[in-house]
Amino acid sequence: MLVLSRVAKTYSNGVRALDGVSLEVAPGEIVAVVGGSGCGKSTMLRLLCGLDQPSRGRILLDGTAISGPHAKIGIVFQEPRLLPWLTVAGNVGFGLADRPVGERRQRVSAALDRVGLCDKAPVWPRELSGGQAQRVALARALIMRPEVLLLDEPFSALDAFTRVDLQDHLLDLWADHKPTLLVVTHDVDESIVLADRVMVMRPHPGRIFAEIDTSMPRPRDRQSAAFDVAKRRVLAALDRSLDRVVTTDDGEMGSAAGAALWW
Amino acid sequence: MTVSAEPNVTRAVASLPRWARPAIGLIVPLAAAVAWEAAVRTGVADGRLVPPPSVILATLSDLVRSGELGRHALATMLRVACGFALGVAAGTLLGAVTAYGRIARRLIDPTLQALRAIPSIAWVPLFILWFGIFEASKVILIAVGVFFPVYLGVLGAILSVDRKIVEVGRVFRLSGPAMVRRILLPAALPTYVLSLRAGLGLGWMFVVAAEIMGASEGLGYLLVDGQQIGKPAQIVAAIIAFAVLGKLSDSILALGVAPLLRWEDAFGARR
Repeated sequence: MLVLSRVAKTYSNGVRALDGVSLEVAPGEIVAVVGGSGCGKSTMLRLLCGLDQPSRGRILLDGTAISGPHAKIGIVFQEPRLLPWLTVAGNVGFGLADRPVGERRQRVSAALDRVGLCDKAPVWPRELSGGQAQRVALARALIMRPEVLLLDEPFSALDAFTRVDLQDHLLDLWADHKPTLLVVTHDVDESIVLADRVMVMRPHPGRIFAEIDTSMPRPRDRQSAAFDVAKRRVLAALDRSLDRVVTTDDGEMGSAAGAALWW
Repeated sequence: MTVSAEPNVTRAVASLPRWARPAIGLIVPLAAAVAWEAAVRTGVADGRLVPPPSVILATLSDLVRSGELGRHALATMLRVACGFALGVAAGTLLGAVTAYGRIARRLIDPTLQALRAIPSIAWVPLFILWFGIFEASKVILIAVGVFFPVYLGVLGAILSVDRKIVEVGRVFRLSGPAMVRRILLPAALPTYVLSLRAGLGLGWMFVVAAEIMGASEGLGYLLVDGQQIGKPAQIVAAIIAFAVLGKLSDSILALGVAPLLRWEDAFGARR
């Protein structure tokens, strides 16, 4: 169980990136975090993977506090961030340096096989397409068998076809060991395809504004009515989080302040 | 005229086999050599102060056959090698320490930057007083020349390693030394190699300075000797030896590290 308890982050320049964020994520659950820019969603992931320390509050994984990068928490960044001087196989096996060569080789080839890139093992990262590079980044994180995998807008730099492809692929990979997934995204469709719950965040300072239950059986049909309903609920919450005037389904105009109170 | 001729030349160059293309660069120097040789042979120029290619070649082959050139070249190479090794070791170590530790940088870097502002030749009298007139002072002068480009190269290269790549190392919980070995050094390697080559070039420059200022052997001694006995051909022969050795050592260095840089994805990385 991943728990954030009243987590706040104020940067040294005085920017309050996060304030009073509390969240509990059950093992194997997929949670998406959406929100406008500057709402602190990326800051939240940086705190979770130990790259930054919270100013206040606590982050617990299975009851123990996290105070730095953790062996059971992996992350996939917005950019693949592959090490250009290592081959694809070297990148995937980067975290297994302390394992015997045989085990490493076998796990690397299994991981590459799983992301459909076993023929790319000896290739330099510069020779990969954007989608392939992000698959390698996924393999590099998953080979460590994390309990929690954080994804920071992982597919936002890819074209629409590749993105849909990789969303399905991610769910397929997730089904292997069912790690907890925390996906930060600005793509509402992506949040609904992937997540059991969507957290909508609101900026200045960043905090959780709304929580929307999007649990539906998988695989999810992006064209189904249920998908559409969920999407509309997330979009409405996003509008309110940004203090936009919203038109509800009955055509009633409500002020943003009123909507926020209603929530 | 030239406009219409150019595509033809370009096409002619492109149709040459790959290995022959660098030969185009030889046309200008060869033409100049042939012209000068002809000028001296026909008596248009007397060639006493600027010896024609045939005289230079004869001097060069005399020096080679008598073993003189080999002896002098060896002495010079030894000095460059020692000075280069010393300068690279010191530059790499101090560069890495100042890049990795903020306190070390505040402490050491200002002093080194101040010392860098001194033209290295200005040290010569002091080095001769301190280390004598023999090998030590020469090697140290070369080492000082090599040190600064290497130091700056390492410092700059490590400081400019992409934060995002460093974060990958942090997420994988690398220890300090592992971070240096597995992330910082490989990422800094391309710039480091450039600084080594710049350092080697300066090493050759400073060995000439050191040997001109007093040596009983070495290619620099051949230069001074040629001036004193009035043999310009010997000076040019020594200059040619410097050029060949400098280019050779640089190519060996570049080729030696090439396998480590095959991953580079940059303009000019693959030709």
